[in-house]
Amino acid sequence: MISLANYLLVGGLLFAIGVGGIFLNRKNVIIILMSIELMLLAVNINFVAFSMFLGDVKGQVFAFMILTVAAAEAAIGLAILVTFFRNRGDISVQAANTMKN
Amino acid sequence: MGLADYAFQVFAVATVAWGLGVILARNPVHSVLCLIMAFISTAGLFVLIGAEYLAFLLIVVYVGAVAVLFLFVVMMLDVDFAELKADYAKYLPIGLFVGVVLIFQIGFMALAWQSGNGVMDEEMKLGTAPGEPNNAEQLGMVLYTEYVHYFQIAGLILLVAMIGAILLTFRERRGVKTQDVTAQVARKREDAVEVISVPTGKGL
Repeated sequence: MISLANYLLVGGLLFAIGVGGIFLNRKNVIIILMSIELMLLAVNINFVAFSMFLGDVKGQVFAFMILTVAAAEAAIGLAILVTFFRNRGDISVQAANTMKN
Repeated sequence: MGLADYAFQVFAVATVAWGLGVILARNPVHSVLCLIMAFISTAGLFVLIGAEYLAFLLIVVYVGAVAVLFLFVVMMLDVDFAELKADYAKYLPIGLFVGVVLIFQIGFMALAWQSGNGVMDEEMKLGTAPGEPNNAEQLGMVLYTEYVHYFQIAGLILLVAMIGAILLTFRERRGVKTQDVTAQVARKREDAVEVISVPTGKGL
């Protein structure tokens, strides 16, 4: 028997993994971007699970929009990353204080 | 327990395990591959409860575009990834702490709701009944009518993201001898060629 609680558990675990990944890989921007993708995926799981649970397809429309925004975010994020690497020669987040100085 | 339950357990465990692989892998290429597998497992989870359209969208958009974009960038950047992982152990406690606290918070929230009415343990409807419009049709029926403006805004967001990404990474190379079509076309005959009748015996 597959219940809503099962899906919410998977979504919650995946979101926690994403948040933990941001803390674990403090220096590597690529992994941080991937962790953000994981968190968005967890949110999508929740939306789809609730959509199916309530029998309302609107939750899937919302998940569709999240998918779009995630794709746009990945493209922009990686473009910024490439420009950052080109200007500085590394991708360490901790060294990224150009705006501060 | 039916086949669907076993399939759910396999996909759920796989999703979480590949997700852990993303943040724990030493090599970023392995991280991207784990991310791809996590997306595929999640697509399996979506198919199980009948959200086929989003499952295939996940495969096409995430695996086909986003993850491959990540792979390109990881391989393009010449970074010493061993050095980036150097003080990994320093952040392990806080990472674990935040993760565990978050899981507990989500767990408590779920428990509180469950104790309220126990509705979360009801069996979910798997897929659509025969005769009903399928998942893609249902989605299309609301997406192109009720949510058509949101749909168009989503398209605009993608357009802006595309222009932004191109603008950010566009680099004008100076000092490279390439053909400049605009300058070629804009050149007029009068600028380049002059007809002079030279008087005999005098020169210019």
